[in-house]
Amino acid sequence: MTITETPATPLLPSPPTTADGLREGVIGTSPVRPDGIAKVQGSFEFSSDIFAEGALWGATLRSPHPHARILSVDLSGAWKINGVEAVITAEDVPGVLTYGLITHDQPVFARDIVRYVGEPVAAVAADHPETCRRALEAIVVTYEVLTPLLDAEAAIDGSSVPIHPDGNLIRHQRILCGDPEATGPVVVEGTYEIGMQDQAFLGLEAALAVPDSGGKGVELHVATQWLHEDRGQIAACLDLPVEQVRLVLGGVGGAFGAREDISLQVHCCLLALRLGKPVRMAYNRAESFLGHVHRHPARIWMRHHATAEGELVKIEARFVLDGGAYASTSSAVLINAVTHTQGPYRCPNAIVDGYAVRTNHLPCGAMRGFGVVQACFAHESQMDKLAQAAGLDPVEIRLINAMRTGDLLITGQPVESVAPVERCIRETAALAMPTEPIGGSDGDVMCLPGGAGRTADVSHIRRGVGWGVSIKNLMYSEGFDDYSTARCRMVNGVVTLKFATAEVGQGFVTIAAQIARTILGVDEVLLDRIDTGIGSAGSTSASRQTWMSGGAVDAACRQVRERFFEHVAAAYGLDPLRLGIDGTDVVDTMGDLRIPVTEAAVGVEFDETVEYRHRPTEDLDENGQGNCHVAFAFVAHRAVVDVDPDLGLVKVVQVATAQDVGRALNPLSVIGQIEGGIAQGLGLAVMEEIIQIDGRIRNASFTDYLLPTMLDMPPVLVALVEEPDPQAPLGAKGVGEPPCISVTPAVVAAIRDALRQVDGVGRDLHRVPVRPADIAL
Amino acid sequence: MSVIIAFSMDEALRALAAHPDALILSGGTDLLVEINEGHRRLGSSSADIATSPTVLAVDRLSELRSWTIDLERSQVHIGAGVTWSELVSEPLAGLIPALAEASRTVGSPQIRNAGTLGGNLGTCSPAGDGLPVLAALEAVVHLRSATHQRDLPVAEFMVGVKRTARLPGELITGVTLPIINGWQGYSKVGVRNAMVIATASTALVADRTKRQIRVALGSVGPTVLRCSEAETMLSAAVDWENGGVGSDQLREFGGLVAAASRPIDDHRSSAAYRRHSVGVMAQRLARRAFPLESGPPGQGKSSGI
Ligand SMILES: Cc1cc2nc3c(=O)[nH]c(=O)nc-3n(C[C@H](O)[C@H](O)[C@H](O)COP(=O)(O)OP(=O)(O)OC[C@H]3O[C@@H](n4cnc5c(N)ncnc54)[C@H](O)[C@@H]3O)c2cc1C
Repeated sequence: MTITETPATPLLPSPPTTADGLREGVIGTSPVRPDGIAKVQGSFEFSSDIFAEGALWGATLRSPHPHARILSVDLSGAWKINGVEAVITAEDVPGVLTYGLITHDQPVFARDIVRYVGEPVAAVAADHPETCRRALEAIVVTYEVLTPLLDAEAAIDGSSVPIHPDGNLIRHQRILCGDPEATGPVVVEGTYEIGMQDQAFLGLEAALAVPDSGGKGVELHVATQWLHEDRGQIAACLDLPVEQVRLVLGGVGGAFGAREDISLQVHCCLLALRLGKPVRMAYNRAESFLGHVHRHPARIWMRHHATAEGELVKIEARFVLDGGAYASTSSAVLINAVTHTQGPYRCPNAIVDGYAVRTNHLPCGAMRGFGVVQACFAHESQMDKLAQAAGLDPVEIRLINAMRTGDLLITGQPVESVAPVERCIRETAALAMPTEPIGGSDGDVMCLPGGAGRTADVSHIRRGVGWGVSIKNLMYSEGFDDYSTARCRMVNGVVTLKFATAEVGQGFVTIAAQIARTILGVDEVLLDRIDTGIGSAGSTSASRQTWMSGGAVDAACRQVRERFFEHVAAAYGLDPLRLGIDGTDVVDTMGDLRIPVTEAAVGVEFDETVEYRHRPTEDLDENGQGNCHVAFAFVAHRAVVDVDPDLGLVKVVQVATAQDVGRALNPLSVIGQIEGGIAQGLGLAVMEEIIQIDGRIRNASFTDYLLPTMLDMPPVLVALVEEPDPQAPLGAKGVGEPPCISVTPAVVAAIRDALRQVDGVGRDLHRVPVRPADIAL
Repeated sequence: MSVIIAFSMDEALRALAAHPDALILSGGTDLLVEINEGHRRLGSSSADIATSPTVLAVDRLSELRSWTIDLERSQVHIGAGVTWSELVSEPLAGLIPALAEASRTVGSPQIRNAGTLGGNLGTCSPAGDGLPVLAALEAVVHLRSATHQRDLPVAEFMVGVKRTARLPGELITGVTLPIINGWQGYSKVGVRNAMVIATASTALVADRTKRQIRVALGSVGPTVLRCSEAETMLSAAVDWENGGVGSDQLREFGGLVAAASRPIDDHRSSAAYRRHSVGVMAQRLARRAFPLESGPPGQGKSSGI
């Protein structure tokens, strides 16, 4: 299939009621995902599967140098190859030459300078991927190699030559809160490092661009997180009005932030428009590592002051985030990091400095947790140090300081969200500890650190327990006008929803239908194609779509329901305010009338489109004060880890978590987010890191960029803390990011705990991922 | 590109005689990765055929896919096309347990079903998991061409990083391994609990008949390394009758093994950690082989490392 209008997808029929008496498919139940079976069976069409008759293939030539001047580009070799139809460079970009999410500092193609290994320099279109490969090889680019800037500190202190016209400092933000002279009798400090993590989605970057027959516009089928933002950036580069660039969501195989930025979108459209033919592009895994932004590597210093009883008095901190060659969302990631310095704890005084800088490393931007992952590893490591210094255990220190609704952040912002931090900690602590002994009860080697490698016997292993608790902002910050659009049509009792919300695997397609079923009392809900044929839904990021697009779908359905009640009320001579939905019936709440919705809706049509906005936020001032965030969610993690101290190998035995979810609209989806997030946080704790040496990535493959497999993933015990948030349209908080944030420090704390048992001292382990050598040497 | 699918040894050897540089395809789990990553090129258009190499598929040769047990001579012959999955199953697993342990660490079930011992030898990566076991067991590699046949000790077959003594036109037909009287085992360190390339690995064989300890290391040198000094030291130090060894001797042995390694720093690990880890693995393997603490008087009973 392809580019023909996709028919709306009917949802799968489900049994009528669930165990707890809810009608199957409404809010609170866990209906089967509409795309679930196709994905499991392998028939789901991911964006790399989209095909069009006569489509050519596109491919990208990339810089081999982290920093170099382009002296000349000779394309003639490529043109000589049979089957090559287009070869383009910066000269062929009709509109603005750069793009970017916050500032437009990233070239569509490098023209004079390349700033990272992998930066696009040219693109080709040809009849076959192999022809493309040979055409790229035949392009001769002459570079004058320049010294790369690889030291983030040098980018701050001004000692480095600017590697970009915008300079090397992307943003500096200070936070000054309370009394800078305040101090306490218990003081602990540390410097922490976080390595560069990759989002490692499984569905690689891929797109199909189809030019309009008149050549005036283009339709792009692409796996992305935000169709409308892409559209704006693409249109500007193509010099087309936005209406002439139409985007359709291609099947997305995961995102985690890596699809917020432009990758192949502009290249693919340029080639298609140039040729008047459809063009497909698809990255392979190695190219994907170069083609999208990553999690910022960070170096964070913190000093915590507390009373003798362990109550926080002041935090001093300094953050340095390496943004790589282009700005992407670095400035927003930095704000998230510094504004989450304190973690989910009350703290009256703070002095924080944060820097996001430009270097010749791979560009960094959004990844699940968005700056808070980095802050959390530091503040949770500090809380453990503080506990030790104050003679408390890790749970006590966290309970003593646990934030509550109404507490002030170090930015001066009151936490108006429900803040059940104490409950998250207590409910996590109440979850059962593993009962299996070290090595398991049946001697399976896979139960020991080292697993299949049979490196250890039970006597070599120590077991540790560690804690991590976190706070995460939900939605966009700093005055961003954030909204989502949804349309609800009810025709003869059949509801069709339309929105541009990118379904990246998180399950919004499931939730949207659940909302409609609940509000309108229907069973059958159709979903229209996800494209730019409606207003923006905002990005599928920042844990925001259930809140934002859920809010928009909810509001559109409610408006349709109002029209519907007016219609029924008129027919029966009732006040529409008396009507309600009970199950699949419309009922008079003060009388006897009860009619099935499907019957009452015969012959009528309602159609409502709504934009949902969250409350406005403010910029931070120069002292980092201001109500810059919308809302917050909290979570606690406890990790139990077996460690082989001599070889430095680790086996995570169990993770227990209680998460503040507001309200679980679809419990199975929530658990899925929690388990997946924990796997990603575990990966950062002990294995996932992009290694760059001299500005060159050394492990751009899944052979060497290690992700946890099922054999590394422990059982996860989950308690959902459901305290509906009054600010949230459905009471539900975002659940996507929190699971991956504090599990990383929890795993590392558990490793430290295990090592402490060896010699009473243990190891600092100030860096993630923790490598075997960090433990064993 | 042309592909020849051989259905008999004869056909395969004739094809190799005609195309001595043919790319030999067994399970393809190394070769296809190399091709996909562009380290090897197969032409795709007709114009490339003249220059592109011929591929010779040998995965249908029953001679390569089978194994034989010769109890009289206490040895096992394993065809080059025998898969890891077969090596982890009985009866081979019981006869050569270290090879079964190594096989179990290779990739995932899919890779173990396709990948072969001959392919591991053909690639000859320092991280090849079958190779330390073959080295510690002093296996013999059998090579055959249309005109000759020769046998090489595995240590002579492995020449360097992804370099072997195989000549153009030769096919690896299999290996012969002794069935030893004694203990044997394999350990492998990686940063993940399964499906991971060895950061370092160690195979240890305690041959009771010859009263000889043999140790071979993977991923700590250009090719698999033996540790003669450590072997001699431990062979003399253990109690062969009762199966014991002293903790001090074990530590000395670990130190000698570590010293015999020649690791490098790379993106997978530091050299220092690799050296350290083979020392630890060797001590632990030796303790599994000799569970009793039998050091000089005054030593504790715990097995330490
Ligand atoms: C995901 C993945 C995980 C892996 N994990 C591991 C691991 O944990 N440990 C490990 O050791 N390896 C691993 N490998 C590598 C690979 O699976 C093994 O080396 C395997 O043994 C190769 O066997 P094959 O039959 O697939 O070889 P092929 O790929 O068919 O061939 C490999 C090489 O040997 C040559 N060759 C094959 N047969 C012969 C023959 N009869 N005569 C002469 N030359 C021959 C080929 O020409 C080629 O050069 C992994 C590979 C993948 C893709």
